[in-house]
Amino acid sequence: MATTPSLNSQNLPAFEFKSSVITVPVLNIYTTDVNVLSLQLREKIKQAPEFFKNSSVLIDLQNIQDQELNLSLLVDAIHNVNILPIGIRGGSEAQKELAYQIQLPSFNATSTSAEKAPVEKIPEPTVTAPSAIAEPAATNNIENTLISQPVRSGQRVYAKGDLVITSHVSAGAEVIAEGNIHIYGALRGRALAGVLGNENARIFCSDLQAELISIAGNYRISENIDDSYKKIPVQIYLNEQALIIKNT
Amino acid sequence: MARIIVVTSGKGGVGKTTTSAAIAMGLAKKGHKTAVIDFDVGLRNLDLILGCERRVVYDFVNVINDEATLNQALIKDKRCDKLFVLPASQTRDKDALTVEGVGKVLNELKKTFKYIVCDSPAGIERGAHLAMYFADDAFVVTNPEVSSVRDSDRMLGILSSKSQRAEKAETPIKEYLLLTRYNPARVKLGEMLSVDDVQDILSLHLLGVIPESQAVLNASNSGTPVILDDASDAGQAYADIVDRYLGEDTPHRFIDEEKKGLFGRLFRS
Repeated sequence: MATTPSLNSQNLPAFEFKSSVITVPVLNIYTTDVNVLSLQLREKIKQAPEFFKNSSVLIDLQNIQDQELNLSLLVDAIHNVNILPIGIRGGSEAQKELAYQIQLPSFNATSTSAEKAPVEKIPEPTVTAPSAIAEPAATNNIENTLISQPVRSGQRVYAKGDLVITSHVSAGAEVIAEGNIHIYGALRGRALAGVLGNENARIFCSDLQAELISIAGNYRISENIDDSYKKIPVQIYLNEQALIIKNT
Repeated sequence: MARIIVVTSGKGGVGKTTTSAAIAMGLAKKGHKTAVIDFDVGLRNLDLILGCERRVVYDFVNVINDEATLNQALIKDKRCDKLFVLPASQTRDKDALTVEGVGKVLNELKKTFKYIVCDSPAGIERGAHLAMYFADDAFVVTNPEVSSVRDSDRMLGILSSKSQRAEKAETPIKEYLLLTRYNPARVKLGEMLSVDDVQDILSLHLLGVIPESQAVLNASNSGTPVILDDASDAGQAYADIVDRYLGEDTPHRFIDEEKKGLFGRLFRS
């Protein structure tokens, strides 16, 4: 009866800070000539005006970060085609300062290896298995992982880059990588490549008997994997949301 | 330097206790002072297999809790004076085991014994974990059927990640495969996994194959480790295993179906 709504509403939290990941289109800028940019932008948008209407975009300045740029003119040009820039990334310090002046946030340039790696650049499995010593795989990316022992049932391996296993993966084991997965042995457990959404990730293995294979969330269970892929080297990749298994 | 051997499997009923009793007796008969510890607190069995159940006064948990000294609890085998048994408590449960307590007992045993055989309970919980935690060598006992093989695989994963050697990043536990209850005739009929099938899944060093044998049941019932039954195939298989573990190059037997009878095989050599 004697509830005091004002007090109650004061006790309830009015807001909450949370972290969230969203996908936004990125506009890579290749020229500082705003007129040229504006012209080409209009051409592009003419093709699908509804798609671009009021769409938000992140301006990537990585390719012109060492050039002089009138950022506010650039932003105006983008506004003029009804696209809303939400910030810049990859800009020089001077460009970041310009962005700050027009109240546009600056984001850190991320290593967009996933976007940059074209399909044809994905390393093919080499025939020679690496030596059986646990060490980071010999590439520039130190986050690649090399496992030379069998991955046993109940074990779980996660690699931030590529995952190379020179032994087998048992049933009931799970191997997960943000990049590609190479298995120089039988795969009897689960293998999940490109778990953060890299659709160019691939799985290579020399004997496919997996419980489950997945690339960027597109999966197939053992029931739907043909037995004819047993005991032969295969690669698994994604083609328009469909998992393709191919004898290499 | 004393070595701690854990006999483990994950799955129950595959022959861990039979194996523990047999290899402990085998090592002792070779002249090595050997202790065998029953880690199956609450489901004590090893004393029965070794035929010393009527001589149990103090047990493993009493020693851990300082209610008895190690010498009071150790039972000397009547058939071989190099073999000592540390029985489990039947009235307690596995929570009575602690890392510190088990470590203390094993360290004391290491001062006077050459081999310490730890008979692990089934499962992957506390008792099994503590049985393997301090081990130097692991005998993974597996039956030639899929669920046993998968459980062994799981156990191998635990051996390589949750032992003291793994935690301290020392040389990993040496893992050996013991395939028990093997029946070559049924393998031939496709009713049982073959040695190759199991090796393919576990890729482990095969220490020996123990054939399915009536002698094992007889030995258990009479409280005599089967290795003492020289005439039986299982007894000979365990003797081979002890020899191989001690570094002898003994050829594998009992893998293929014998055309000749037992006597034919004995007289051929």
